[in-house]
Amino acid sequence: MALKIEARRQISTRMLYLTPFIAVAATVVAGFFVFMILGSDPVESLYVFFLSPFETKYGFSELCVKAAPLIMIAIGLALGYRANIWNIGAEGQLTVGAVCGGAVALAFWDEAGIYILPLMALAGLAGGALYAAIPAFLKTRFNVNEILTSLMLTYVATLFLSVLVFGPLKDPQGYNFPQSRMFTDSATLPIIWEETRLHLGFVVALAIAVAGWVLLSRSIIGFQIRTLGSAPAAARYAGFDRTRLTWFCLMLTGALAGLAGTFEVSGPIGQLVPNISPGYGFTAIIVAFLGRLHPLGIIGSGMLMALSYMGGENAQINLGLPQAVTGVFQGMLLFFLLASDFLVRYRVRVVKPAVEGI
Amino acid sequence: MGLDTILAMLLTVIAAATPLLLAAIGELVSEKAGVLNLGVEGMMLVGAVIAFATTVGTGSPALGILAAMIGGMVMALAFGVLTLTLMANQVATGLALTIFGIGLSSLIGADYIGTPVDKLASLSIPGLSDLPVIGPLIFGHDILVYLSVAITVAVAWFLKKTRAGLILRAVGESDLSAHSIGYDVIRVRYFAVLFGGLTAGLAGAYLSLSYTPMWVEGMTAGRGWIALALVAFASWRPWRVLGGAYIFGGVTILQLYLQGGGDIGIPAQVMNMLPYLATIIVLTVISAGPWRGRLDAPACLGKPFRPAS
Amino acid sequence: MIRRIDRRTFLAGSAAAGLTLAAGPFHKASAADPLKIGFVYVGPIGDFGWTHGHDLGRKAVEAKFGDMVKTTYVENVAEGPDAERVIRKLAADGNKLIFTTSFGYMEPTLKVAKTFKNTYFEHATGFKTAPNVSVYSSRFYEGRAVVGHLAGSLSKTGKIGYIASVPIPEVVRGINATAIAARKVNPEAEVKVVWINSWYDPGKEGDAAKALIDQGVDFMTQHTDSPAPLQIAEQRGILGVGQASDMKAFAPTAQVTAIVDEWGPYYIERAQAVLDGTWATANTWHGLKEGFLSLAPYSDAVSETLAAECEAIKAGIIDGSLHPFAGPIKDQKGEVKVAEGSALADGDLLGMDWYVEGVSA
Repeated sequence: MALKIEARRQISTRMLYLTPFIAVAATVVAGFFVFMILGSDPVESLYVFFLSPFETKYGFSELCVKAAPLIMIAIGLALGYRANIWNIGAEGQLTVGAVCGGAVALAFWDEAGIYILPLMALAGLAGGALYAAIPAFLKTRFNVNEILTSLMLTYVATLFLSVLVFGPLKDPQGYNFPQSRMFTDSATLPIIWEETRLHLGFVVALAIAVAGWVLLSRSIIGFQIRTLGSAPAAARYAGFDRTRLTWFCLMLTGALAGLAGTFEVSGPIGQLVPNISPGYGFTAIIVAFLGRLHPLGIIGSGMLMALSYMGGENAQINLGLPQAVTGVFQGMLLFFLLASDFLVRYRVRVVKPAVEGI
Repeated sequence: MGLDTILAMLLTVIAAATPLLLAAIGELVSEKAGVLNLGVEGMMLVGAVIAFATTVGTGSPALGILAAMIGGMVMALAFGVLTLTLMANQVATGLALTIFGIGLSSLIGADYIGTPVDKLASLSIPGLSDLPVIGPLIFGHDILVYLSVAITVAVAWFLKKTRAGLILRAVGESDLSAHSIGYDVIRVRYFAVLFGGLTAGLAGAYLSLSYTPMWVEGMTAGRGWIALALVAFASWRPWRVLGGAYIFGGVTILQLYLQGGGDIGIPAQVMNMLPYLATIIVLTVISAGPWRGRLDAPACLGKPFRPAS
Repeated sequence: MIRRIDRRTFLAGSAAAGLTLAAGPFHKASAADPLKIGFVYVGPIGDFGWTHGHDLGRKAVEAKFGDMVKTTYVENVAEGPDAERVIRKLAADGNKLIFTTSFGYMEPTLKVAKTFKNTYFEHATGFKTAPNVSVYSSRFYEGRAVVGHLAGSLSKTGKIGYIASVPIPEVVRGINATAIAARKVNPEAEVKVVWINSWYDPGKEGDAAKALIDQGVDFMTQHTDSPAPLQIAEQRGILGVGQASDMKAFAPTAQVTAIVDEWGPYYIERAQAVLDGTWATANTWHGLKEGFLSLAPYSDAVSETLAAECEAIKAGIIDGSLHPFAGPIKDQKGEVKVAEGSALADGDLLGMDWYVEGVSA
């Protein structure tokens, strides 16, 4: 007896929906042993990791708060990745977007009005898009690789934010500490669920996901993006403008990341600080692929990724597990989820070795 | 700045560039074979902690370096099984590998915080190492510095001059053609990925045994990411990786020396931006200039190989 | 295990009212219940610097109170959107005393404190208090005054290296205190600062040390977390001062002393106050006198005379006869900022954003 791996003739739809559950089940089994080896009660650990965030209204709302920027950024990234445009600097675009949106909030700090939030959102969109325009320009004009430019610009963005919060944007009453004034109510996103931090940004993120889905599956540019990624030769033959698509994908990703950044500072944070994002721009890359570059899949993967971070925090708080353990477990969970893609495309059959081996 | 200062600065640059070069050159081989492994940071950290723990445990830095190579390769193997055998997405798996590696390294290293270790000894060559200027600059380093350059030379030669190198490049440029000629694409990619793990492990060992002989959590401080960017900077050419590592390291060090030289009226944050901006500008000039190459990313970079059946 | 069963029963029994846990019903602690104390850390406990120091404080609390307390910590909590959630979770989980140990946690701490009025919060290095929020910090600059004296006395070139993280007032104060003290011994002394824009990057810290030494610095001080600069000092045969922890193991010859953070006594005092029911809002900014920081034993490089001078400075600071920021103090342009006979008040020190004469930053 041996195992034979063979490709499915077509992608298994049943497996497509089933695999995330198989992966979670596999992680639970593996996690059981990992926690046992590390001397922690496995059942309790798994419970805390996966289920404790759902125990409370606040916990659940926080999942959404954390997932919102991940989803928003991952939608943009997914479009780009489909067209083979490797923007890995969403973190920097988020930062610049937050700076621009935040600067608007601070400019209107002594005013109130419903126009302030839309202005901030516009500034965030524009800031992120313009920052992503740098790699787009260098790529289309000089063929400079966007992996390098977008990543390097992320570090520059963080330092740029630092210049501002240590200088012109710092709170005049803040004893020269590096943070801005707190934003006024007019510059703060409305809370959509009482007693939580769940803000309007989450709804916007969901709307963007749906819009992204429509764009990708129903629009001409979506068709061009898909073709460029899956059949570049065909795209060239059909005369699709690669330059234009590069600009479009990078600017759109940048704009969405910038909006996410603005939402972070006008929502959960409420001011400009030297550290805005806990790596959302990078985590969103995992989210994009975990959601199989599909806008609706990204909603699910964004929530799952948020859960893995919150589960890790809860495990530290409720079980006293060091972060090292939760990091290892989170990595494992991702490994299983990513590997499960295999089952969608392949099946494993038991065959007799006499006939055929592997 | 006198000659002595410039010489000292060059020595500092060499130390700063070595871990970047080591990590990047292995990633280059991996990417040449079509595999994009974003887990460099995680592999480096595991290499660093294993090198440190082994050296402290056995008293032998040689064993430490060996263990770091193995540690990096084990991490790379996990990546290979996931992306090559199980065809998981490379970009996401690499990022997950980094998360995993950060956790694993701090788990292993918990008992080694605050423990000192002797700095890796320089290979001094009697006579040569005592020469003025050239002595310290060329003959005063430890084994890993020489290894970083030697590996670069070897990789350049391997990719350009050997049949195996040609096959590796073919696998990265057109996996289906390579497969149809009869090469085992997956096997070639495994070797490339493992090599990437090996040098990332060496880069980690350099950090924890030579650059700053200690173990502290997250001591790579983002160098794995810089190494990744440098491969793109180099347009996937070994010699340019060396150039990129030294330019990035050089500008980093230069701005520190400028700051140390006195107030120059530029905010420190802007000074700290310089290495990132410099690499972008240099690459733009190279890409736009008359000597630009036609070399782009390997055509199959990041794409899983699925043999038709 | 008991906790888990509790929670499940609770869930089964109150699916509809599941949200009460978030709002946090405050159980009156019975005598047998240990006092739950939470700690929020900005770095990993294995950084051998800032967070490591706070975790030693946490361990001191555990050692002192044993079963009477139960401590919990969360590491690597980014300053930003995550902080509020972690602090809130700790509060909802029944921690009655919560230490948030980085400046960036100030607003999140205040926000959570508004909801959890019966939980006591302690925020490190901030300046905003509330009825249930205290702030605490250490007068590290008092240690720097001693270090500056050592630097001024032991440096032959008169060039003192200072590896700095980010230009917040605390770091600026430390640089200035060092320069003032050094120039009392050697009026020509110069403090050369290199900013690395990170609290924590061993490689870059070490490189900055090399850059300074190559430009004539022969005494190394730092306001970053890792022992890397001292290791470089050791390799190059110059002297230096450890930061946050005693770093002698990494630089047995080079380290003349270290400024050691001592959070344990304060954490014990505050836990005791909660146990006794006497906790009250406080704005604590303590130094050598109260033991918030200490100096590691002087090395052989410090002569008996010099050690005695240092001890005299310490004693002066402790009894109040010596103020590290006593006038006359001139700024970099040579203008007198603090007149003779007066000293900088705490308010001015808190927001310090200018450099004294002798600083090259």
